[in-house]
Amino acid sequence: MQNTTVNSVGLSLNACIKCNICTSYCPVSEVTDSFPGPKYAAPQSERFRDFGHPYYEDDSGPISRPLTAGQMPDASVDYCSGCRVCNEVCPTGVRIAEINARARARIVAARGLSLRNRLLGRNELLGRIGSIAPGLANFALHNSISRKLAASLFGIAEKAPLPRWHHETLNRWLARTRTQRLRSDRKVVYFHGCATQYYEPFVGMAAILVLEHLGYEVIVPPQNCCGLPMLSNGEFSAAESYHRRNVARLAQYVNAGYPILGTSTSCTLTLKEEAPELLDLESDAGTRALKLATWDIFEWLRERLDQDQLPSDLRPLNRSDQPFILPYHAPCQLRAHRIGKPALDLLARIPGLDLRESQARCCGIAGTYGYKTEKYQIAMDVGRELFDYVASQADKSDLDSRGSVSFTACDSETCRWQLEHGTGLPSRHPVELLAAAYGLYDLQARRPAAGN
Amino acid sequence: MKRMQTEILVIGGGATGTGVAWDAALRGFRTVLIEKRDLTHGTTGRYHGLLHSGARYVLKDPDSAVECINENRILRRTHTHCIEDTSGFFVVTPEDEDDYPDRFAAACRRLDVPCTEIPAASALRREPLLNPRISRVFELPDAAADSFLATHATAQAARQAGATLLPYHELTRLRLSGGDGNRTLSGATVLDTVSGEELHIDADLVINAAGAWSGHVAALAGVEVKMILGKGVMLATNARLTNTVINRCKMPGDGDILVPIHTVTVIGTTDERVAEPEDLPIEQWEIDLMLTEGDKLVPGLSRSRILRAWAGVRPLYQETQLAGGPAQSENGAQSNECPATELPQDSRDATRALALLDHQQRDGIRGFITITGGKWTTFRLMAESAVDAACEQLGVSRHCRTAGTPVPGVEQGHYWLGHRLSEVEDEKLQSELICECELVTRSMLEGAVQRNPTVTLDDLRRDVRLGMGPCQGGFCTYRAVGILHQLRAGEASPAAGEWNVAHMQSPAHHHRDSAAAEATGTGSESALSPTPTPTDDSHQRSAAVDPQAAVSQPNLLLRDFLQERWKGVAPILWGQQLRQERLDELIYLSILNAGHLPVDYGESPLSSFYRSDSSISGSDR
Repeated sequence: MQNTTVNSVGLSLNACIKCNICTSYCPVSEVTDSFPGPKYAAPQSERFRDFGHPYYEDDSGPISRPLTAGQMPDASVDYCSGCRVCNEVCPTGVRIAEINARARARIVAARGLSLRNRLLGRNELLGRIGSIAPGLANFALHNSISRKLAASLFGIAEKAPLPRWHHETLNRWLARTRTQRLRSDRKVVYFHGCATQYYEPFVGMAAILVLEHLGYEVIVPPQNCCGLPMLSNGEFSAAESYHRRNVARLAQYVNAGYPILGTSTSCTLTLKEEAPELLDLESDAGTRALKLATWDIFEWLRERLDQDQLPSDLRPLNRSDQPFILPYHAPCQLRAHRIGKPALDLLARIPGLDLRESQARCCGIAGTYGYKTEKYQIAMDVGRELFDYVASQADKSDLDSRGSVSFTACDSETCRWQLEHGTGLPSRHPVELLAAAYGLYDLQARRPAAGN
Repeated sequence: MKRMQTEILVIGGGATGTGVAWDAALRGFRTVLIEKRDLTHGTTGRYHGLLHSGARYVLKDPDSAVECINENRILRRTHTHCIEDTSGFFVVTPEDEDDYPDRFAAACRRLDVPCTEIPAASALRREPLLNPRISRVFELPDAAADSFLATHATAQAARQAGATLLPYHELTRLRLSGGDGNRTLSGATVLDTVSGEELHIDADLVINAAGAWSGHVAALAGVEVKMILGKGVMLATNARLTNTVINRCKMPGDGDILVPIHTVTVIGTTDERVAEPEDLPIEQWEIDLMLTEGDKLVPGLSRSRILRAWAGVRPLYQETQLAGGPAQSENGAQSNECPATELPQDSRDATRALALLDHQQRDGIRGFITITGGKWTTFRLMAESAVDAACEQLGVSRHCRTAGTPVPGVEQGHYWLGHRLSEVEDEKLQSELICECELVTRSMLEGAVQRNPTVTLDDLRRDVRLGMGPCQGGFCTYRAVGILHQLRAGEASPAAGEWNVAHMQSPAHHHRDSAAAEATGTGSESALSPTPTPTDDSHQRSAAVDPQAAVSQPNLLLRDFLQERWKGVAPILWGQQLRQERLDELIYLSILNAGHLPVDYGESPLSSFYRSDSSISGSDR
């Protein structure tokens, strides 16, 4: 902890001028009294917390005066969803969401972690276990008795949109199609994240097909959870070991100068910013190299577009008489990259696509937040703004009512599940749309098009 | 003209004066205390908040060190809830002399000041922002003390023992009787600065506990008491940098203490001899010095957000004045070579031990005692000595009881940094916050207004920390003024039950209090406050241009509190605090047009205070 300085995250509270802009934008405090707002929770409450002390044991052992529950004066900070809307609107640069995440970590360090939150933090493990027998796992989890049990035993919201295990993991598909994969001198590394590996391998397939279509060989090295679910649940020491393993596993590719591309905006944000900042690893050389090598896939594709390296064989996704209206929501975790909305730049190239950009602040789910029974309704209320927006696009789309909306698009997996849950419409990753427009992918069935 | 009769009249409502009133009342004396402004308006309310272990003075001023450690042990029992048990580090930085630490540790042992050397690495684990280049660390029982709360708690204990405390009562005359060699002080004339009325107080004995103003009080009795007034400039950071008191392990000097007090760290202090206690300009070189020295303890401190600067003045006294010779420190003073003709003494070298002046022995005036010198830490001992001397003069034998008598509120235990936040959270009072920075709820404010004499908003600041946070009143001033106005207009329900000063900083206590009032629908008179709370019919000082009472004028309350806050921000106006002040300026000058309030000629007791020393001096040294 010797790299703590007066410029550390906690002390960015010094930039707060109490203007309350964050409070007026916060989507969570708008719908619930349980969260008093970003200013209250971060720069204001932080002055009353024992923040000079490390929040967990460091290399040299436990701190000499351990934190007790009594020294963590507040609990309402746990109702911060971590959506980062506050960071986005703060005029003075207070790292509000990070201060809250650290406060939560200190609560966990002092009071321990609930089994539910430990489970939600372990989605890699859950994914791996379920994938042993995905059919059985889906049957075991997705029935009303199990969901009621999960709600009463663990506090996992009964109606929250839990994903289904896919019958084939991304790795097995890669092994099965090894001979069809492109070999090239131009190489990129794909960071798939846990959701793509176990629940939505087709998103990874779409990404790999697009990258190969551009002429790149896609390396998918062994990797593990980025650690974000643990960071959000305050389990910093576990998150750190996950992060360090990723740094080690990806080091050779980073050192070879290959870009690390991800389709999950929260995983890439964690590698780029969350883990280095929250875990005080900014000065760790491996962490910094990985941070600089990591890209959101569309951020990287936009560079190719700007350099005229993007194949132009994009075909309309609709039959000519049917407008293809696509409400697109840029998830909070993407906005936190501060790279604009690169998916829009690419999707705009698809002929006939009527892109509708949502200005909603947040879908509500915020990673694992909306899965908790006490927070499920908050998440749904936060998402209402987005759900209503999607619904309004269908209504106004066309006078002769031909223009119905059949998909939404969003870069982040849990946000897509929440969108589907809130709107009843299927949601797609933008890379699935791009792959479909290149004729590589079946958007409806979510699998590579015949011949791929 | 009103008259009062008492046995002991105490002059000064700081830590010492209230301590004297408490001690005297406990010994069964009829006691009256007068204070020209609010309690703690003087040095008590402007010190850095350190409860000394005595270690700071073990080599330089061993008498004071022994007083400190003894009182430290006593106050932890009698004023527990006014103290945060932070512990203290004495750290050796690369700049500090080699042999001081060992001599320091030996002197601590000799004087029975508990001192443990701990590994620098473990100190750094506890305080990660500390200078990583420190080589040795000693841990001592230093602590942080809330001098506002402690004085109010002492005052409540004094009232419960029968004392009458009169804030906003200014001494104008001391009455002497008898001729040369047989003079006796028989009483005082006092001006009620809120109503403008005069009051005569006949007293058997007067104890001058006016701190830095003691010389002025003594002069009214025709006695010369030459105070050594040491001005100290302090800075507060926006948030705590450490949770432990940090001292440099060296001969006490400028800018070598960091005290975590409530939500801030105070960097202290300079020590400049001044002629008068009222006019305390904060000079640029003093600020620079605090920052440069602070960086040696916490690197980067100078670039952190500084909230405010203020100055207090030490009421030091030495009967044999330091006329240019070396000070009486153990190692011989290092810096005191000034010729005797100049204003010579470095107040840094004056003793911090208490000074008791029995004017009967010293000047042949019966019924007059001055108690001065000392530290906040030794206020109780000072009171004990003063009342012992009073007993002697009055020819009675009554033993001091304060050391064994806890003041109301100690059952709460030591306060801790998070206590307000935890109460706000437990009682869900987030929407009740008036001062968001310092977590002051509406009911805390109302309780203080209705039960404590409130003449200006600054009185509320001392009661509940209103406006002491990052925005320095930017968001709470107009809210507080609105609430005061509602209260005065009778639009708010009066608070019920006995208001316990010991809980004046507790959001939960006030919340339960006002909830109870609402439930019963009744309010009751304050059983504690001996003076009536100023009401609409109270009059302002007759000299003032505006005939209406300051307290009933929201505009005047607003203007004067903003000016008072501005006074402490102006000297440190750069970086993040400048940005804050710009927002505050937009709120008050652009939105509320507070620069053109219809009170331009109005005066409140706060007006002269912020005018007297609001300018920052540009002199370089």
